Amino acid sequence: MLAWTIYISFIGVLVLMLLPRGNAQLARAVALVFALLGLVAGIAGVTQYKDAVVVAGADKIMPVATCDWVPSLGIHYHLAADGISLTLVLLTGLAAVAGILFSWNIEHRTKEFFAFYLALIGGVYGVFLSFDLFLLFVFYEIAIVPKYFIIAIWGSTRREYGAMKLALYSFIGSAMVLVGLIAAYVVSGAHSFDITELARYPFPHSFQLWAFPLVFIGFAILAGMWPFHTWAPTGHVAAPTAASMLLAGVVMKLGAYGCLRVAMTLFPEGLKEWRDFFAILAIIGILYGAMVALVQNDFKFVIGYSSVSHMGFVLLGLMTLNTIGLSGAVLQMFSHGIIAGLLFAVVGRMVYDRTHTRNLDELQAMGLSKLLPFAAVTFVIASIASMGMPGFSGFAAEFQVIVGAWKAFPTLAVLTGVGILIGVAYTLRVMLKAFFGEPEEKEAHAHEPMPPISPQEKLGAILLIVVSLVIGLFPRLLLDLIVPSFDSPLFDWLRRMS
Amino acid sequence: MNYVDLIKLAVPETIIALTALAVLAIDLVALRGLEQRFRFIIAGMIACVGCVGAIAWMLISHANENAFAGMLVVNPLTQLVKISILALTIFTILLSMNSDFTTHIGEYLALILFAAIGMMFLVSAEDILMIFIALELTSLSLYILTAFNKRDIKSAEASLKYFLFGGMSAAFTLFGLSLVYGLSGSTNLPQIAAALAGKGLDPLLVVAIVMVVIGFGFKIAAVPFHLWAPDAYQGAPTPSAAFIASGSKVASFFIFAKVMAIGFAGKDIQGSGAWHAYAPGWVPVIGIVAALSMILGNLVAIVQTSVRRLIAYSAIAHAGYMLLAIMSHSEQSLASLIYYAVTYGLTTVGAFGVVAVVEQGTGGEKMSDFAGLSRRAPLVSFCMLIFMLSLAGIPPLAGFFGKFYVFSAAVKSGAPDLGLLWLVILAVAMSAVSLFYYLQVLKQIYVTDPGASSNNPLKPTVLTQVVLLVLAALVILFGCTPNLLIGWILSAMGMGPA
Repeated sequence: MLAWTIYISFIGVLVLMLLPRGNAQLARAVALVFALLGLVAGIAGVTQYKDAVVVAGADKIMPVATCDWVPSLGIHYHLAADGISLTLVLLTGLAAVAGILFSWNIEHRTKEFFAFYLALIGGVYGVFLSFDLFLLFVFYEIAIVPKYFIIAIWGSTRREYGAMKLALYSFIGSAMVLVGLIAAYVVSGAHSFDITELARYPFPHSFQLWAFPLVFIGFAILAGMWPFHTWAPTGHVAAPTAASMLLAGVVMKLGAYGCLRVAMTLFPEGLKEWRDFFAILAIIGILYGAMVALVQNDFKFVIGYSSVSHMGFVLLGLMTLNTIGLSGAVLQMFSHGIIAGLLFAVVGRMVYDRTHTRNLDELQAMGLSKLLPFAAVTFVIASIASMGMPGFSGFAAEFQVIVGAWKAFPTLAVLTGVGILIGVAYTLRVMLKAFFGEPEEKEAHAHEPMPPISPQEKLGAILLIVVSLVIGLFPRLLLDLIVPSFDSPLFDWLRRMS
Repeated sequence: MNYVDLIKLAVPETIIALTALAVLAIDLVALRGLEQRFRFIIAGMIACVGCVGAIAWMLISHANENAFAGMLVVNPLTQLVKISILALTIFTILLSMNSDFTTHIGEYLALILFAAIGMMFLVSAEDILMIFIALELTSLSLYILTAFNKRDIKSAEASLKYFLFGGMSAAFTLFGLSLVYGLSGSTNLPQIAAALAGKGLDPLLVVAIVMVVIGFGFKIAAVPFHLWAPDAYQGAPTPSAAFIASGSKVASFFIFAKVMAIGFAGKDIQGSGAWHAYAPGWVPVIGIVAALSMILGNLVAIVQTSVRRLIAYSAIAHAGYMLLAIMSHSEQSLASLIYYAVTYGLTTVGAFGVVAVVEQGTGGEKMSDFAGLSRRAPLVSFCMLIFMLSLAGIPPLAGFFGKFYVFSAAVKSGAPDLGLLWLVILAVAMSAVSLFYYLQVLKQIYVTDPGASSNNPLKPTVLTQVVLLVLAALVILFGCTPNLLIGWILSAMGMGPA
């Protein structure tokens, strides 16, 4: 069933390609149907996993599909899932549906837009479900190319620059990963790319010492780790709304997921040596992203840098190397995916598409809270969630990360507190400036009445808010999936370390 | 062995030779009065039927012989390479049917077939005399094919450059081979290896090896013997350029690998290009040529504005990747080389096919002539998307798997201390660079607005579209199920899928 998340998306691409040109409404509907089907398949997979693993106590890794692919190299088509991948599959499904709702107004080459969009989604599902490293890499790269076209064709500010920068950063990262994978494959001599098999192999210490940072940084580039984050703000700013939502919501998670699933699982000894280094980079990312967000004058840049900051929490959570920190990191991936998606939806779709400006000073002069009350309310809720207010998913996640970090490195945990404070500051600042400015009298009349918020936008916003709220109130819903996964054989290294 | 046996072994070559003569005769006698288009179609179909007949014969017969001490070696592997060369020939002929650069259709097709015969003998030769004759047959036909557009001075210029460089390199090859003969007293590759064994690297042998590498380096357009390639690719009629870039490449790489791996097989002659274990010999020489080709080809391709020159420089870069496979001289690397060369050939023929369509539609092959192609010819654009992404090495296309296979074979050959990893890192890094210029082409096609003046749709013939679509489908197929080709190659080499 879970494998269908991938197939449905690619079937959707084919169907869209075969649709007649010019019928935008049909293309949207088809895309929405396929995204919904993907989400349903994902949810079905989650219930299946809960029944089999959490209730019945079966093996922590649920097999999905296996067959030979290239036997001469020991490559298998091996799909499987554990709680971590399921959490992210769920996130992908939600972000995909919401993204389509928020790109309902795309009129230019609609069919192609959604074809690229679903191809990207299919690749992302594939990464989260691959348990063969070769397969994982294939899906990882499939997800890169559509991003380029989506941003370059449908983007806004400096779109070609942003798109190319993003594509090259991603490709350089994946090149590093590829070198690491081939080297690991040869060194292990296991004649297999299967993660579970490679994870069992004790790679020589000297090898892990360089292979770990190579693969980790390769993936972390996509996770927006400082100082390799610069593609993220420019990419987000250039991208159309749905693409920003996917970039922040899902694609950055690909990187973090790769760090956890590949780099840390394969090279635990390297991890031990490099852990402090990367933890410090994560903290710098949290603080740096937050401080830069504080002074931006472009609405989208603020959200873009806040993504860098929030992804710092994910990386920090990974480096804590204890169950609570790790599960916090995974939960933060989910939570940030939802909240950042919502923020970008407000900025890109609700505000920018109507006002055609993202300049905070100009927005301040409009007093948007009166013109677009729904957008203002949505943004306030999203901001509160983003700041880490209890009751929303962001709190549950960042709290766990900080507790984990407190156990692992007490000094650094204090700094994350500073990061959260700055986070509150820039969020409040942008909220005030963008929505609650005093409208100057003549300015207010200069603007024509804006088109009202469409039902699709409302639906998408409510969907994301509800999800964030539900997970914030009942984090166990996801933690019950995530925490047992750390008992699987894939995480033997974690138990050896503690 | 008598002549009947010999004819039996050389049936495929004979079929092609007879077809070439038939095409010449029929065009001369019967087709003169017809319209150009029908002449091309009828003569081309005859040529294709001949190729298909030869392929069918090779698929049916299971000859495994070595006639006249290596003059003509027929075994499943050579048959496989010949089949792929003939397949590339067929695609070239099919794509040339729509062209109007010449009225000498019979001669043109006959020359393509003669060149194909030369390549087939080249593949079958294990004797340096025979290798040289076959090389010359191929080269002379290709020189004329390059000059075939008599109305275009660029074609003549390209041909003259190709010819002068080629004549020079033939002289180098001949000089090197004569030294080899003088040192070993034999023209047969295995006997040469036996005679040279244990003698070490004497200065004369060093000269001989360098000369041979220069000669072949020219054929495969490796740096620093690449200077003819951009001009030849740019000036030659499109089908000729496609054939030089595909069929000729496959044959030359195969024989180059054979000469080096069989003729200079001794450990003391091979040397080593490993990082910490450098030893003089031909392997480090090829390593340097490979590194230079990858760097120069990829970097110079970035600044090209002509798509043909861009493909030429990318061909130089790809020659670098393939040299990696020759350098690692293991059985697996030979298999990877064949896979790479064949899929690369298919991709390049397709890319030139698209270039031809654009040239006919717009009269140019500059990047700007591709602007907005996706709206003028969606199907052709989609094919170009596949070809360019495959060349860039994006999964799940054949180009990615080819690279992966070559790189992993190279790393493996340097195991256990990963001696060749430095070259693989360079290659992977350079292929990340290459994404930039391939995306430039795709950006023109998909992103740039064509402008009102050239918004009319291009109308490539149905045949062209079908051929391009078949090529794109093959690139996808061999990428998604590489085992189709690899299994065949390995079983032809007598290695079951391990």
